[in-house]
Amino acid sequence: MTANEIYDKLKAEFGDDILAFSEDASTEAFITVRPQRITEVCLYLRDEPEFLFDYMVNLSGVDYKTNMTVVYHLYSLPKNHRIVLKVELDRDTPLVPTVEKVWKTANWHEREAFDMFGIVFEGHPFMVRILCPYDWEGYPLRKDYKEPETYHGIKVAY
Amino acid sequence: MGLLNRLDDPIQGDGIILGTVEDILNWGRSKSDWYLQFGLACCAIEFMALNASHFDMMRFGAIPRTSPRQADFIIVSGTVTLKMADRIKTLYEQMSEPRYVMSMGSCSNSGGPYWEHGYHVLKGVDRIIPVDVYVPGCPPRPEAFFEGLVKLQKMISTQAIFRKREKMSPEDLAALELRQKKVREYQERVKQENADYNDVNRKIYTGYSLDYLKKEESK
Repeated sequence: MTANEIYDKLKAEFGDDILAFSEDASTEAFITVRPQRITEVCLYLRDEPEFLFDYMVNLSGVDYKTNMTVVYHLYSLPKNHRIVLKVELDRDTPLVPTVEKVWKTANWHEREAFDMFGIVFEGHPFMVRILCPYDWEGYPLRKDYKEPETYHGIKVAY
Repeated sequence: MGLLNRLDDPIQGDGIILGTVEDILNWGRSKSDWYLQFGLACCAIEFMALNASHFDMMRFGAIPRTSPRQADFIIVSGTVTLKMADRIKTLYEQMSEPRYVMSMGSCSNSGGPYWEHGYHVLKGVDRIIPVDVYVPGCPPRPEAFFEGLVKLQKMISTQAIFRKREKMSPEDLAALELRQKKVREYQERVKQENADYNDVNRKIYTGYSLDYLKKEESK
């Protein structure tokens, strides 16, 4: 199934909660979804017999300076088709429902997005840092991140 | 050292060795330096090859140990992140003296490719523990590593064991005492700042949850 067909079916099901469809993106076509409905959309994509997106390839955060974005790469093993979802969040208080209940693999991906961008996933069972130390300050992959001068009394800069 | 060669020496030989006790002890120490099995990044892959039959690190008398308490030296092989820095410091402090440090590869020497933009990388392991031998390379060839190991053995074999303190210069002695004082202060501070210091350590060392331990204790 092509991205276009998937978009049409989603639009028919969810209406205004499917915000946009970008077909001419330089990488892959993606669908922008209203953040509040992302869990329902993902559940629908996973369970509907014509979609069967049983595999979440990747979940990553992006800092676009104007907003925070979460990107979901989905793939269906039985149907051999793929789709990209995006949700755009407020940059100061990035908040989005978790999809950990849909795909277990999202657990660590969401923790990584939280660690690197400070995006909070509501309903996640264990929303703590995964790569940086627990007492790390700031979110390193944000565009306005400033490298700390010292960490535990150790000079960080070269 | 060549100590054993003297046994067969036609002039000095006849099964008698004349030398200082320090020489003999140092010879033994330098030829049986056990190391802490500790790999961090891609250097550790090269390091694993050292132990295999091609390079056979054990012919130098270096035997891997899995506990810092049994190790004579630690090989920091790879990128030291700031998260790991605390752990390396702890491992080093758990080793019994005399202890040595080998820094293997560009990353642990100076931060390597992460020297400028690596917000999470320690720019040289010598910022937290004193390094005796630096082995350059990214990663170093096993031959380079062996040269470092031989350097370390030479260093050990010429060290003073007895009356070490008298032989130390006043500056070194003052620095040593200052360092010991700092370590004590650091330990005290950690204990004061973390009220559950002992609990947390107990949990880490035993692997049981705190609730379980408390329940066991109350029995």
